[in-house]
Amino acid sequence: MNSSVIVFPGSNCDRDIANALERFQFKNKMVWHKETTLPKSDIIVIPGGFSYGDYLRSGAIAAKSNILNEVIKAANSGCLVLGICNGFQILIETGLLKGTLLRNKKLKFLSKDTHVKIINNNNKFCKNYQTNSVIKLNIAHNEGNYFTSASHLEELKSKDLIAFKYCDDKGNLNDESNPNGSIDNIAGILNEKKNILGMMPHPERMVDKLISSDDGANLFLSILN
Amino acid sequence: MKISDKIVEKHGLKTDEFLKIKTLLKREPNLLELGIFSAMWNEHCSYKSSKIHLKKLPTKNKNVIQGPGENAGVIDIGDDDAIIFKIESHNHPSFIEPYQGAATGVGGILRDVFTMGARPIALLNSIHFGSPDHKKTRNLLNGVVSGIGGYGNCIGVPTVAGETKFNSTYNENILVNAMAVGHAKKDKIFYSKAKGLNKSVVYVGSKTGRDGIHGASMASAEFDENSEEKKPTVQVGDPFTEKLLMEACLELMKDNSIISIQDMGAAGLTSSSVEMAYKGDLGLEIDLSKVPCREENMTPYEMMLSESQERMLIILEDNKEEKAKKIFDKWDLDFVVIGKTTSTKNLVLNFKENKVAEIPIDALSSKAPLYDRKWLKSKLPKKNTKIKDLKKVSLEESFLKILSSPNNSNKKWITDQYDQMVMCDTAQRSGSDAAIIRIHNKEKAIAVTVDSSANYCKSHPLTGGKQIVCESWRNLICAGSKPIAITNCLNFGNPENPEIMGEFAECVQGIKESCEFLNFPVVSGNVSFYNGTNNKNIFPTPVIGGVGLIKNLKKTLNHNFQREKSIILLVGKTFGHLGQSVFLQEIHSITDGPPPDINLTNEKNNGEAVLKIIEKNLINSAHDVSSGGLILTLAEMAIHSKIGIKISKPKKLSNIFEYFFGEDQGRYVIEINQDKLTLVEKILKENNVFYEQIGVTQKNNFELTGEFKLDLLDLYNINNQWYYKY
Amino acid sequence: MKLILVKLHQLNSRKNKLKFSVTVTLKKDVLDPQGKVVQQTLQNMGMKTLKGLRQGKYFEIDIEEKEEITAKKKIEEMCKKLLINLIIEDYKINKI
Repeated sequence: MNSSVIVFPGSNCDRDIANALERFQFKNKMVWHKETTLPKSDIIVIPGGFSYGDYLRSGAIAAKSNILNEVIKAANSGCLVLGICNGFQILIETGLLKGTLLRNKKLKFLSKDTHVKIINNNNKFCKNYQTNSVIKLNIAHNEGNYFTSASHLEELKSKDLIAFKYCDDKGNLNDESNPNGSIDNIAGILNEKKNILGMMPHPERMVDKLISSDDGANLFLSILN
Repeated sequence: MKISDKIVEKHGLKTDEFLKIKTLLKREPNLLELGIFSAMWNEHCSYKSSKIHLKKLPTKNKNVIQGPGENAGVIDIGDDDAIIFKIESHNHPSFIEPYQGAATGVGGILRDVFTMGARPIALLNSIHFGSPDHKKTRNLLNGVVSGIGGYGNCIGVPTVAGETKFNSTYNENILVNAMAVGHAKKDKIFYSKAKGLNKSVVYVGSKTGRDGIHGASMASAEFDENSEEKKPTVQVGDPFTEKLLMEACLELMKDNSIISIQDMGAAGLTSSSVEMAYKGDLGLEIDLSKVPCREENMTPYEMMLSESQERMLIILEDNKEEKAKKIFDKWDLDFVVIGKTTSTKNLVLNFKENKVAEIPIDALSSKAPLYDRKWLKSKLPKKNTKIKDLKKVSLEESFLKILSSPNNSNKKWITDQYDQMVMCDTAQRSGSDAAIIRIHNKEKAIAVTVDSSANYCKSHPLTGGKQIVCESWRNLICAGSKPIAITNCLNFGNPENPEIMGEFAECVQGIKESCEFLNFPVVSGNVSFYNGTNNKNIFPTPVIGGVGLIKNLKKTLNHNFQREKSIILLVGKTFGHLGQSVFLQEIHSITDGPPPDINLTNEKNNGEAVLKIIEKNLINSAHDVSSGGLILTLAEMAIHSKIGIKISKPKKLSNIFEYFFGEDQGRYVIEINQDKLTLVEKILKENNVFYEQIGVTQKNNFELTGEFKLDLLDLYNINNQWYYKY
Repeated sequence: MKLILVKLHQLNSRKNKLKFSVTVTLKKDVLDPQGKVVQQTLQNMGMKTLKGLRQGKYFEIDIEEKEEITAKKKIEEMCKKLLINLIIEDYKINKI
């Protein structure tokens, strides 16, 4: 499977996601933001980091890059797109995903392992996970507080577009287990066509048992499947 | 313009120093030249008060590739891999503007590491604040932690370890020491020595503004009531630009275009150009009209002394300019040839077709003043306190009070603000004795730690200096690594005060003795003097950053108990030394008395035995015993792991407080499986190591037989609340 | 009489409600990393005539004080004590 990772000035999880993709035998290419065409890709990843320093608004400036026009075209023709952390923020700024990502409720950068529940596995990113299973992923962000209108939230629920929610180790969805104040504990969402996934937690940080855990592996395996 | 006495004084130079300048130049300097001398001759750049003592430190062993004298130290960790690391201070700016001071401190130390060709792989910090109830402390704590996180997280290097201490000695002079560790290939290390004549001198990075003009002088001047007026000298960090600069430099370093490279840190363009020329025994001619400026109408004085961040100076091989410029253009950074190397051995500055300064390089470097300041030896304080004379306290209450105190509380509130996992090689995060970073795509890993003991150093500098190196050594062993080398940041008060100079001389002597004995040399470091306000100086605070090597990382080792029914051994003898202990300070408010004695033979012996046991895979967890004593060590192992312990009261006990709160050195607590006991005992006996079995792990409770039985969840809450409440 | 007194009180209350704006900018020589990047981006998007951009903050403050002078003094105090980082920022107070 072919993957492309878009690299912006300030992206810093690009090499991490490239390593993870290569670990699962994807044929990966790094794409500098100034390029005008995308290599042939089955999946395009927009990595985490601090593109443009998170200046103005997280992801706002990266969203104006020319390469994103190519990503939008690819997404519209069904290519898989995965936005992780800053990547999720960029997808929101481009409009490929709806809603907004606000400052964490406690107003501080938060970096820790959290539990996340698989809400819907009937999509290309989660099918190797069991619905309602609980996994541990790592988060590290300042603006991860997902918010959207009541009508969009309804749409997300009714069309099974919520991929992950923050929970406790037993799978309970509550305020204590919500690290950043996201509406409904939402940690990751899909677009209507279910080919674009935006998520705040970092799956690429959970593929190596020696370092952390391998709870993130199934995401990559789902895509390969 | 005539240089008046007042102008000389404002530049931080003494009258005799000014006379020396005139002698070296054989004339009066102009204002620009005076400014350059003031920057290069101040303490921060010249080390004039400390050099004579620092020379004593051991700086070599078979693993050291580069000792002090370069941007950072370099050690060989086998298979072509090198680790490059250094620690530096940014104390004075952080007191004035905590967020930016701490942020630019991180930025500066990162540059020192990647300028040598290493991709930074870990950040650590040692931060010291005044008493929590001092009016400025809360704000400073918040600002510094945010600044460190803001810069480190943005640039994408994990901040994996550190220490945070509170002591009223730092009320008006906080300490912010930042350490960076990087990984490079042995054959791709870049130095700052200029080589070759007529080579292009290239300026890369951010434009130059008026930031921090005379910051290096500020670092060397004590604060007084008018410190607030020193405000305009604080630099603002831009981690985004630094990330671009780092990537651009690392990209350019892939081939042989760079002859030498140096970052522009303290005293900016002045110190980088002088140091590169001095090391290469060359001259440098710079056309200041070419320097990219952020503000309009900047003068040569401002350009030479500006401490604008995120800039580097590179000496390029012939015919590499176009290729190099392409890389810097890609990353949207300025790249301008501003001068060339010459044979004159002078620093020549031109501006708009006029020569505006000409100074012999050696006048600014090797001929800078060197002082052997008068210093006073410290006597070892007498042990005044007898345990039986102290007021009666409950063991349990004392323990809980210490567990919930600011200095011993869990630092999760801080570490949750730092991204520890970026780069995906952090095998052991903060919260243990040392962090462990795997070398990317390899089986080996390094352990890193940072430590200090200001109270011990104040009470007896020689012992304190010895102790802090031993603690670093022990912490690295507890992570399963073989300690290789250290970097040190020496934070002291006014060196013109013989008592303070004595503290420095003796701490350095102590560090030397431990380093030599343990084969644990100093490869880099920094000295920060004048940490004092209105003649009140801080406690001597040498901070040691240690690096150790784990040849084959199969499993990370930390200080969390791993299972129930394990045997807990205490390696090393307990004498019950309470002098300078947390117990005496927190519970009885006693701050006099000698620090615990250091027996280097035992330290080496015990440490090597523990490492042997670890390498044979016989250990579940390990923790060294340090401040707070044995009981705090055991609590930390239990609370983090959520596995309890049943501690037996020791048989030969003179006093239970001395036993559990004593801070005798050279001790380790190790957790081993029942079935491994015989093998472990064999190794300990073979190495003549004293040990005793002190307990077994168990579910749920932290129990001291006959004294108390506490619920682990309660202990967790007690230990975790201070920062959140504050 | 009561009605008039009540009406007078209401009138006075309204008079006591004052509104101010505080515009915060970075001091002249201080680096503005955000402004720099936003300016570059706009220029890359085609705004070639853009020559400079600096980013700041804006506060709108409602305050109940009888006199404008007292109100302004209080706003100054708010600025100095919390809103402004006096080390690197300047501010301007305007009555709205």
